[in-house]
This record gives sequence, structure tokens and C-alpha cells, in this order.
Amino acid sequence: MAIKRSRMVFKPLVFITSLLPLGWLIFALYSDTVLGTKYMTADPIQKLDRELGDWALILIIISLTVRPLAEIFKKGELVAYRRMIGLFAFFYVCLHLSAYVGLNLQLDIDEFIKDITKRIFITIGIITFTLLLPLAITSTKGMIKRIGGKRWQKLHMLIYPISLLGVFHFYMMVRADFTRPSIYLAVILVLLGYRIWAKRKKSRPKKVAAA
Amino acid sequence: MLIKTTKASDVKPSEITSKDAFLNRRKFIQTAAIVSGASLLPPFVSSSFAAARTKYPNVKKTAYGEAEKLTTYDGLTEYNNFYEFGTGKSDPSRNAHNLKPEPWTVEITGHAAKTGKFSFDDIIKPHQLEERIYRLRCVEAWSMVIPWVGIPLADIIKRFEPTSKAKYVAFETLVDPKQMPGQKRNALDWPYVEGLRMDEAMNPLTLMAVGVYGEHMPNQNGAPIRLIVPWKYGFKGIKSIVKISFVEKQPPATWNIQAPREYGFYSNVNPNIDHPRWSQKTERRITGEGGLTALFTPKIKTQFMNGYAEEVAALYKGMDLKKFF
Repeated sequence: MAIKRSRMVFKPLVFITSLLPLGWLIFALYSDTVLGTKYMTADPIQKLDRELGDWALILIIISLTVRPLAEIFKKGELVAYRRMIGLFAFFYVCLHLSAYVGLNLQLDIDEFIKDITKRIFITIGIITFTLLLPLAITSTKGMIKRIGGKRWQKLHMLIYPISLLGVFHFYMMVRADFTRPSIYLAVILVLLGYRIWAKRKKSRPKKVAAA
Repeated sequence: MLIKTTKASDVKPSEITSKDAFLNRRKFIQTAAIVSGASLLPPFVSSSFAAARTKYPNVKKTAYGEAEKLTTYDGLTEYNNFYEFGTGKSDPSRNAHNLKPEPWTVEITGHAAKTGKFSFDDIIKPHQLEERIYRLRCVEAWSMVIPWVGIPLADIIKRFEPTSKAKYVAFETLVDPKQMPGQKRNALDWPYVEGLRMDEAMNPLTLMAVGVYGEHMPNQNGAPIRLIVPWKYGFKGIKSIVKISFVEKQPPATWNIQAPREYGFYSNVNPNIDHPRWSQKTERRITGEGGLTALFTPKIKTQFMNGYAEEVAALYKGMDLKKFF
């Protein structure tokens, strides 16, 4: 019962927290428009695109930390928030892509197709988005049942290559300062390392303590 | 009598800033000057923001780009690429107060009759400062229109009497991590270096800029002295110059070293040659106005040689611009 109650508190909390970056961006744009501040710089098209992509990656990484945290702190109920965080990551990816096509390319679809075929970092971005689609679609309880837990889990292991592709997409876009993507990559590699280590430990037969 | 010749690079009168906007800006500058001059203010007010703004007493107006709609002073001082102060666009305006553009020394070396160390005043005193309104096209596909104050580089170069061996001019930015905190990290190979072919350097468009809007150069824009080559991508306009060398061979250029496939030595603005990672066909004109207005402003077509082809095309006659990008 305690778990249920804590979920009632934490679910809306996670929901609202995940919306904060978007809320901030909307407020910043509003403030820049009405009050003449420069939160989004004098080139908000670029800034908005970057921020949305950044938050998408951050949320993907946070979703990856849920299971290790749940295991380390023995709080299995944490996993209940993973789906929501993952879906929000997908939401930010969609906004990021829409901002790129709608605001940066100003709906020039020819240019967009050229981008996808000619520019590897855009190609990788689109692949990342495409790989996220099946994960988002199969996130409902009904879908998990239909696919079967084991297969569902296997499918959702895709999030690891997705996160790596996302970081490479970021890397390839940077002109000179690689600090941020490097931090993201390091975190993902640690999490991936943990998962591999945890899995091996699990599959190894437990040693029986000597009598 | 002022005789006005219209050049192809000049811009349509429809883009002229309205008089109201212009006067408002004037008023703002006046107010700002009064406010910043007021000794009543606690020191942090003035020190946290831009350093004192000083007007040049005698700047000759020119017909260059007269009709362009200018990027506001705030716009061009709050949105900068100047990695010496950090890689973010707002980092330069935040960190550039560490730079001390006074006193400033520029070393002239290489194949020239007159070489040595010269103070900033030594460099500019013999010349008439002039205002030139140029488009600035960044390689990142955004652009501004900036009223520079400066001296044609050719006039400065002539004073030092380069010899026939001087085929190129090389430039170098200050290295001092104390003044330029971005240099504490190796985002780029410091010092930032750039170069021009001698005929490019001698082209009448090429400017040694020492200010904007009739005032001393803001630190974040490359105080006290920087290069402006309006038909080339912005990064060729090396900032805070401490050394100018007359050399025989093509000198190294920072971005070319960083990513030779993406940034050539010439880096002339060319909508037909894409950057490997983005198109150069269009650009986002930064007016200084942010928010939704900027978010939904239609992009404009990038012009060949940034619209200065008439003045500079002869420099590249017979050259394969795809190869020498």
C-alpha cells in the first residue's frame, strides 16, 4: 500500500519534472518576446533545437539509470517511472526533430531529404528517431502482454544502441568543444558496463558457502 | 557634394532601419552613457555589464552598405563566437570583461622594411577612421549587419613596406588564459591564427576594424583590433590581434587545422558549396530581436561572396572554388 501511495505522489512529480525543461523554454521564448530578455539568444532557432536535443539525450540517460538505481538501492518500485521518463525522452526527440524541420529548415522538405542522405550526423539522428518508434509504440501494458515479457525486454535493450547513436549525433554536430558529449558518453558507458556486469553476475551459478 | 555610387553589394532601401528605431537606439545609448557615467551607482552595476563605451571622435561615413538594416548593438555584443572566452554564444559577453585592450601592442614581423612592436595608437593614429557597414556571414549559417569602424588593411600594410617576398599576411590572436579564460581549455589550438593572400589583404574591402557603432571595439567582438573580410566566413576575421607577419608561404589557419575537410584556407562565402554538415544556401539574419520574432523570421538566401562578388571575383579568376574552398 505504501508503494501505491508513494506512486501517487511520485508519478505526478516525475511527470511535472519532465515537463520543466519544456516549460522553461516556453517561458524563455515568451520572456524574450515580451520583455526583451535574451534567454534564447538572438538566434533562438538554433538554441531551441540544441536545447530540445540536449534534453532528449538527458532523459534517455536518466531512463537508463533507473534500473541500476533500483537494483543498487533495492527499490524495485522505481522501475515504474522508467516508462514515463522514456516516453518523455521520445517526446523531446519528436520536438527536437520538429523544431529542426519546421523552424531550422522552415519546412523545406527537399533540403531535409538531402540532409538525411548527405549528412551523416542527420542520418544518424533519423536512425535514432526511427529506432525509438517501436519502443514508444510497445510501451503500453497491453503491448507488453502481447509481445511477452522476455521478448519485450529484448526489444527494449535497443535503448542502449539508441543512446549511443544519440551521443554520436551530438558529437558529430559539435565544432570544437567535446566536453558535453564526452560526459554523456562516459555516463552511458558506465551504465552499460554495469548492466553487463550485473547480467554476468546473475547468470553465474551462486557459489554455495562452504559448510 | 556627396556623390553616391551604388554598388551591387549595396542593399535595397526597403531594408533601411526606420528612423524611430534609429533614434530610439540613439536615445538608449545616450541614456546608457549617462547611467554608466553616474558615479552614484554601486560599482557592481557597471562592472557586471559591458565595460565603458567610448566614442571615436572623428569617424568618416562611407557609402558601404548604407542601406542595410543593422543588427542592434545588443545583438552583436550578446551573440558571439569567440572561443577564447568560451564556446557558448553568450560566453564572450559574459567573460570578455577580463580582457584588457589597453595598453595593446601589435608586433609586425616578416618580410617588410618596417617591423617591430607598435602600440595600438601607433597603428591607427596616422589614419582616418571610417565607418563601413558590412554583412557578416558566419559559417554556421547565421548573419549580421555591422557598422564597423576601421581602416582599410591595405593602408596599414603599405606603411610597413612589405617586400616582394611577402606573398601572404598572417595574423595571431593574444594568448593569455588570465584575460581569455576560454584558453584554459583546449577547445582550439591557441593562439588562434589566420591568414590572407597578399592581394586579398590589399583589397579595398578588407578592413582592420577597431570599433562598432562609432565606438571602441567591445571586448567580445575582438577588442581592440580585429580583421574583417566581408566576403569570407566570419571566422576568417581574427580578433584581438597581437601579431601580423608578412610571409612567403600560405600561413596556417586555426579552423583549417581543426577540420581541414570542413574549413578551407580561403573560406569565401559560397552558397553553392555546402559545409559537410549543413547547407550554406540560406542564412538566418540576426537582427538583435529575439523571441518569437526571430523564431519565425524567414531565412534569406546567401549571396555568392556574401554579395561582394563584384569587388572580389577578380581575385579568384581561374581558381576552382570547389577545390580551394
